[in-house]
Amino acid sequence: MKKNYKIEVDCANCANQMEDAAKKTAGVKNAVVNFMTLKMSVEFEDGVNEKEVMERVAENCKKVEDDCKIFY
Amino acid sequence: MSSKQRKNLSRIIISAVLMIAIFFIPLEKNVEIFLYLAAYFIVGYDILIKAAKGIKNLRPLDENFLMTVATLGAIFLNFFGEENFSEAVAVMLFYQIGEFFQSYAIGKSRKNISDLMDIRPDFANIESAGKIERVDPDEVEIGTKIIVQPGEKIPIDGVVVEGNSTLNTAALTGESLPRNVKVGDEILSGCINLNGVLKIRTTKNFDESTASKILDLVENASSLKSRSENFITKFAKIYTPIVVFCAIFLAIIPPIFFAESFSVWIYRALIFLVISCPCALVISIPLTFFAALGGASRAGILIKGSNFLENLSKIKTVVMDKTGTLTKGIFEVDDIHAKNFDAENLIHLAAHVERFSTHPIGISIKNFYKNENDGCKIENVEEFFGLGVSAKINGETVHVGNEKFMEKIGAQWKSCEKLGTIIHVAINKKYVGHIVISDKLKPHSKQSVEKLFAIGVERIVMLTGDAKKIAEKISAELGIKEFYSELLPEKKVEHLEKILSEKNSGKVAFVGDGINDAPVLARADIGIAMGAMGSDAAIEAADVILMDDDPLKISQAIQIAKKTLSIVKENIYFSIGVKILCLILGAVGIANMWAAIFADVGVMVLAVLNAMRALIKV
Repeated sequence: MKKNYKIEVDCANCANQMEDAAKKTAGVKNAVVNFMTLKMSVEFEDGVNEKEVMERVAENCKKVEDDCKIFY
Repeated sequence: MSSKQRKNLSRIIISAVLMIAIFFIPLEKNVEIFLYLAAYFIVGYDILIKAAKGIKNLRPLDENFLMTVATLGAIFLNFFGEENFSEAVAVMLFYQIGEFFQSYAIGKSRKNISDLMDIRPDFANIESAGKIERVDPDEVEIGTKIIVQPGEKIPIDGVVVEGNSTLNTAALTGESLPRNVKVGDEILSGCINLNGVLKIRTTKNFDESTASKILDLVENASSLKSRSENFITKFAKIYTPIVVFCAIFLAIIPPIFFAESFSVWIYRALIFLVISCPCALVISIPLTFFAALGGASRAGILIKGSNFLENLSKIKTVVMDKTGTLTKGIFEVDDIHAKNFDAENLIHLAAHVERFSTHPIGISIKNFYKNENDGCKIENVEEFFGLGVSAKINGETVHVGNEKFMEKIGAQWKSCEKLGTIIHVAINKKYVGHIVISDKLKPHSKQSVEKLFAIGVERIVMLTGDAKKIAEKISAELGIKEFYSELLPEKKVEHLEKILSEKNSGKVAFVGDGINDAPVLARADIGIAMGAMGSDAAIEAADVILMDDDPLKISQAIQIAKKTLSIVKENIYFSIGVKILCLILGAVGIANMWAAIFADVGVMVLAVLNAMRALIKV
């Protein structure tokens, strides 16, 4: 299960850190952040609740870059 | 400019004006310090807040935190006799200018590149109850009649059912020559209707239409990251910790063990912290790839990912299919050899016989003799499978077909020295001559082979299912030394694998038209599908898609890739080089804070500007 989300973030390094943070979130199989198109594509593990996982992803991303937004 | 950018810009301006004022107006010491601090907090307060949050989240290597330590450190040094308030504030000011520039440049290039790809149709016109209604193209079902007015984009793929017009296909193919369309023609979404009103019956959903697919492809392309991007991401992860560690080392070791001055070495350590941000690298590499992908798609070359750009730049061997790639894949009448008969009349009669034919050969004869329907009486048209066609024209029986057909009716046929498909004609079973039909080279084929060699491709191989003689002739005309003929599609894969396994092949590209060769496209290091518009299998299997069928685009794609990779290299070497140089000079005390600002912000600005060159056409 793979989904794309729009994000808002200002710097490229922060985008990379968001990618790392998202990858480490429970329920996320893989995540790619594309800074140029401002999109985060998240591959979920089987049988997880996407919304719950995305809430955790957003929380973890806030920790590495306070200024980011994920629209999920 | 977004409101956030505008706010940041005004903070930068206020702070800069303050700085300049302090510099020129003689002030009392305490007032000066107060104004410096004011300028510092105006421009940097958000960084300080973010730094505090970084500490709370246990992230000591956070960029904002490092910048805060560097600037606050420099301010405190003032109280130990260094007298350098302006430097401390300048570091923060320039850091913010750099951030502002970065966000502005990225926003701008995002917009530029998406403007280039402005093929997304916003609406479709449908007719309901005699009125034209604008609807969301998403809601239009297959088989609906849509109306496209002059100046509008074709929203959905379909077939023209009413009207004539000219289409501008530049956004799709990079080809500036407009294309004429009439009833029955298939047209692709994303083209712009130039003059006539067209009624179109849609054949696809919006999502499945060409414009949507291309946009999807281009937007996802930069998510497939290249090796250089991965390298930079990894480098950034170790770069900052190493530099910060060195800074701590510089601040502690010399003063403690060699009794040097604390303030001198702390100043040097602060220089390290300013240079510790990997921004220039992290931003300029993906930006280069993104700009290149956008620029390429503008030229009608769709590249499915940054990683493919990297492979494209390293291509040493190009394997090409013949039909549809180097040749037009359309049969054309090449020559008419009449024997004691008028050549004009021969083709005239043959065209009559082929009147109802749908075979490519028959069509080519009809295309050559345009005014076929001239009032001659045509009866008893009969098709003989694998042989030819016969008919009675103005009372005379005409046979048109291959040698076997001539033998069957007992006509004395003659062979031809010309290469191609030979179609013989007999009247009342008496031989009157033949027509030579062949596949024509594309106008740019020879030039494109020369160009490929000129830009560093070492080996070009042609694969074809056609007869050896024809392959020989074509490859000689084009200057291709190596070819394999009479290959069935699965044999093409075998030959490609053989070439791939050879040591000095380098990266191998396969170029085909996508018909029958999807497996070969998938197997090559880089599969390039040509004129693939509308062929889903080819778009699926290929890594690079050339929107029209001009073979010159192959070399153009490679050139774009080479240029992109050289910009990427320049940026990597330049950014890392300047940073390391400034670090060394800073450590020995030659470079001051201003040099550090240049190594941080200046390098980033230059790298971003350099990255934007990837957008410019090669």
